[in-house]
Amino acid sequence: MIGLSIKQVFFSYGNGLVLHDIDLSVEPGEMVGLLGPNGSGKTTLIKLASGILKPGQGEIWLDGSNLNQIKRKAVARSIAVMPQQFHIPFAFRVGEVVMLGRIPFIRTLTGETEADREAVGYALELAGISELEQRRFDELSGGERQKVILAMVLAQQPELLLLDEPTVHLDITHQVEILELVRGLNRRQGLTVVAAMHDLNLASLYFDRLVLLKEGRVLADGTPAEVITENMLREVFAASVKVEAHPATGAPHVVIMPEESDHYSVD
Amino acid sequence: MVLLFLAVGLVLALFVASIFGTVMLSLSDVVKMTIDKLPFIDLQDTWRAADETIFFQIRLPRVVASALVGAALATAGVLFQGLLRNPMADPYIIGTSAGAALGATVAMVLPIELSLLGFGLVPLAAFIGALGTVFLVYNLARVGGKTPVVSMLLAGFVVSALLVAIISFMMAISDQLDLNIRSVYSFLMGHISVVGWEWSVFIAPLVVAGVVVARFFAYHLNAFSLGEEGAAYVGIEVERDKILILALGSVLTAAAVSIGGLISFVGLVMPHSVRLVLGPDHRLLLPASALAGAIFVVFADLLARVVLAPTEIPVGIVTAIVGAPFFLYLLRRSRREYAF
Repeated sequence: MIGLSIKQVFFSYGNGLVLHDIDLSVEPGEMVGLLGPNGSGKTTLIKLASGILKPGQGEIWLDGSNLNQIKRKAVARSIAVMPQQFHIPFAFRVGEVVMLGRIPFIRTLTGETEADREAVGYALELAGISELEQRRFDELSGGERQKVILAMVLAQQPELLLLDEPTVHLDITHQVEILELVRGLNRRQGLTVVAAMHDLNLASLYFDRLVLLKEGRVLADGTPAEVITENMLREVFAASVKVEAHPATGAPHVVIMPEESDHYSVD
Repeated sequence: MVLLFLAVGLVLALFVASIFGTVMLSLSDVVKMTIDKLPFIDLQDTWRAADETIFFQIRLPRVVASALVGAALATAGVLFQGLLRNPMADPYIIGTSAGAALGATVAMVLPIELSLLGFGLVPLAAFIGALGTVFLVYNLARVGGKTPVVSMLLAGFVVSALLVAIISFMMAISDQLDLNIRSVYSFLMGHISVVGWEWSVFIAPLVVAGVVVARFFAYHLNAFSLGEEGAAYVGIEVERDKILILALGSVLTAAAVSIGGLISFVGLVMPHSVRLVLGPDHRLLLPASALAGAIFVVFADLLARVVLAPTEIPVGIVTAIVGAPFFLYLLRRSRREYAF
């Protein structure tokens, strides 16, 4: 498995810095969650780590080689990326979508091989959607689609999996299923995971290490207990929150306090 | 299996379309004449020598030219729709049509006779005009090492409008230019104007190679259905492959318009029709569209030639009149929503 090392990276889309002096090292087999409000640079950091954006300054190293000097095809053989949402314009079947994850491995002249079909079958099984294989992707529910995309990136057999808010727009069943699956792969196969997370409580439950971003800078980096504190959250988010202990795991659990507090009484 | 069926269909279409015309030929004769031409086979000549001349020198070049146009346009349509992820994309979307038309119109005005190779200046000028325009549009749309699809569509639209204005101006002063408006009109409507083999000999290898090479981009086009970002995530070099696919589609389109002018509908509707029936996987969609497009234009041109004989209807009118209801039928027949 591989790690990723982001060294003094600055990035701007043209007007104003989006990321400011980011130093972040992800060891092989780690499971890291990126937290921060909208616009704090989570998605940009995921895109930089995937190599499709290039840092304005600084370097990103993938296991001893400079990420931006590796060919896309070679990158895609070790890094898979699951964006927030994919719009797929044609009426592809689920099996065909998952096969797209094999493209980095398929030779044009020979086409897909038995190994590719096996990888697709295995990915469908992992994602628990084998029975959907012949269904049309555009006719599935949002939660099912997200599982298909997860199966697609798993068919890529990555060593590093980047996820951009993988659970946004999903109901809690699908949120939990997807995060359980990813954490299972991290634990069992040592898959390195970096995910931008929108939901603080899910991040706290499923990730070993959290990185909190504010306006393109790293504000905190550590275990959920170190990062998800009332002080830290007050500094980053405008909403007022309380942090409690999760009843079963003891992980920090964020409770939102409504502004108009007349409706209830504390204590 | 489907491809074999379509390939056989195309061969049949070529023969059947060849027998109709002012002089009717017999199907068995034309098949025998063709077999006779094969190496190491010598059949007894049971047909009239005049029929052989008509078949090989007039009918066959025409139906082969139609097939080349259909295959090229349908393939280019698949390439552009897949790359741009736009259901309205057709081979003409980034200016090839206007460029070709301007090239052809200018060639009609120029007092130059180019008969060295046996073909006129018009097809050559249309070919160059189409490619030149795409080159211009691509470079106009290029910003900082990238060519965003939206910029390209807009640049294509504007450049086309400008070129069309120039053509209209030339038509307005056609008397002074000594320009035959009917020739321009026939080019704009789409009309298989190739007579004889000379131009096809040059274009056929281009179209066949283009259709074959396009098939090698099937996985790239499948990847592009994830969007440019998604394609990059599965290992596609987006900007490089975008240029290659655009260039390939443009060469095919230029080849088609140099033979048949601006035949509408084929490049737009053939890919959609085939996708409705066979699904969106480009590995099958590309070759199947090429063959189906070829068959479609061969029959459309046959109708264009025989319906009001001896007057020829521009084939572009036939493709629209036949193609539109056919496509609507397919669209309505599929029980489910057509996702694009």
